[in-house]
Amino acid sequence: MELTRTQSRILMRICWALSLGVVAVPFVFPFLWMVSSGFKSATEIFGQPSLIPRVWRWGNFVEVFEYQPFARQYFNSIYIASSVTVITLILSSLAGYALARIRFAGAGLLMLFLVSALMVPEEVTIVPNFFLMKWLGVMDTHVPLILLPVFGPHGVMATFLMRQYFVALPKELEEAGKLDGLSRVGIWWKIALPMSRPALAAVAIITFLFSWNLFLEPLVFLSSLENFTLPLALSNFTDPYGAPLWHLQLAATSLAVLPILIVYLIAQRQIIESFAMSGVKG
Amino acid sequence: MGTLPDSDTTARASRAPWLTLRRREAIEGWLFVSPTLIGFLIFFLGPLIAVVFYSLSEWNLLSQKTTYVGLANYADALTENPDFWHVIRNSVFFAAGLVPMNMALALALAISLSRPGKGVVFFRTVFFAPVITSAVAWAIVWKFLLQGEAGAVNQMLAQVGIDGPNWLREPNWAMVAVIVTRVIKMVGLNMILYIAALQAIPRDYEQAARLEGASGWQIFRMVTWPLLAPTTLIIMVITTIGSFKVFDHIYLMTGGGPENGTLVLAYYIYEQAFEFFNIGYASALAMIMFVIVLSLTIVQLLLRQKGSA
Repeated sequence: MELTRTQSRILMRICWALSLGVVAVPFVFPFLWMVSSGFKSATEIFGQPSLIPRVWRWGNFVEVFEYQPFARQYFNSIYIASSVTVITLILSSLAGYALARIRFAGAGLLMLFLVSALMVPEEVTIVPNFFLMKWLGVMDTHVPLILLPVFGPHGVMATFLMRQYFVALPKELEEAGKLDGLSRVGIWWKIALPMSRPALAAVAIITFLFSWNLFLEPLVFLSSLENFTLPLALSNFTDPYGAPLWHLQLAATSLAVLPILIVYLIAQRQIIESFAMSGVKG
Repeated sequence: MGTLPDSDTTARASRAPWLTLRRREAIEGWLFVSPTLIGFLIFFLGPLIAVVFYSLSEWNLLSQKTTYVGLANYADALTENPDFWHVIRNSVFFAAGLVPMNMALALALAISLSRPGKGVVFFRTVFFAPVITSAVAWAIVWKFLLQGEAGAVNQMLAQVGIDGPNWLREPNWAMVAVIVTRVIKMVGLNMILYIAALQAIPRDYEQAARLEGASGWQIFRMVTWPLLAPTTLIIMVITTIGSFKVFDHIYLMTGGGPENGTLVLAYYIYEQAFEFFNIGYASALAMIMFVIVLSLTIVQLLLRQKGSA
């Protein structure tokens, strides 16, 4: 039997969906397994694996908060990521605006200078930063976790993203503002910033996630449990011998990952675009 | 006589105000960038210069004294310490496995998902989801899934009659496991960069080629692939540099083991600095990493110039 054009098109589409569906398994499966194992008892986790727990142990999610100060650690992550985001937004839009709009001697050199920082891994500067923070007396505080992301390569990247966006904006409105007697800061705050919402949103999204997921800096700078951030706390659900307490660890991981994932599913378009914007600059 | 130049300047200043528009602009410009610049100098450039000095000295933790030792730390790494070349080999192996796998998969996914259609947004969302997930969470879950016999992956392989290895306990398999799980975590990022590049290619090109009777493969080979070359180049360099920076993923999945089988440069620096407190040696390693990343960046810039010329 000959296939008609539409039939073969439908067949192609089914093959397309099936093959992508197979590829998608290792992308989706870890999330499902993480949540389902978070509900299992310590013994069931090592039994016959099944995606649906035989007994739903809601108690795991209570125990997570008793094992370490998890609520406190959760709060730490939220307020550190928020602070880093707000500070980065202000500083990167100020500097980005100046680099795009204000003509001043040395601007070109400054750009080149900042560009060179984009690719340098944090591992390169972590040792001197360790001693710097020790000297400043801010070990085991959240100060390094706010300062280093703001002023490191990530902050530079945010500055560039803002600059690129300001360069592409039309100047007319700002000039009108100047005639109306607005100062530079006034123009930046009242005209340039409201026009650059998409860029600000992109910087906010990638900066929040960057800080939220940071691991090396918390590992190096923090030592007390109540100061931990989420990634560090997650790695810490172990028995006294260092073996992971899987049911607690996976329950805690679910609690840390799911809110971000839900926001992502709602705003996936915006979030993916933000990463596309930052990636092209690299 | 000495007062003469002074009176000359005041005379000039009275003719034109010191705060010209240009000066005013310059001051505003520097004020706007100063918070970023000052922070950058203190927390980034300063440490970067300090690393050079650290790498030339030996640090005695007990007496808190540093002694200048010249290039001894570099010599130690390059000629004496057998771990170093083992680590470099691991890092190169990691990059050589990760970069092509990541890019091939990213391109294949991007091609399948570059045109709007039913299910496209769904699949894009799925493939990108691990990118926004913390590497720590991702590594924890995969470590759980890849356990010896009890792990879900091996249980599933057993269903189809395959006796899976103890992934994270055998050096070679551990490296494979770390590479593959890292690819799954990060491939979504390159996928969207490729999608953006594919969507920027005018449709007429493909239609013209089709009218000439070109097959799908020929169109890809002769039209799409050459037009993607600049994107491919950027992605390749970013991904290679990224692969040298991987730390958290390996720290949590294997801890650099077994038998140092997954000990890569970023991890080695951390271990030497913060577990063994070999500050000078760790700083020399950091400088070596800096040079590697810098060379990759320069190569990228040169290739890009050659491409645009």
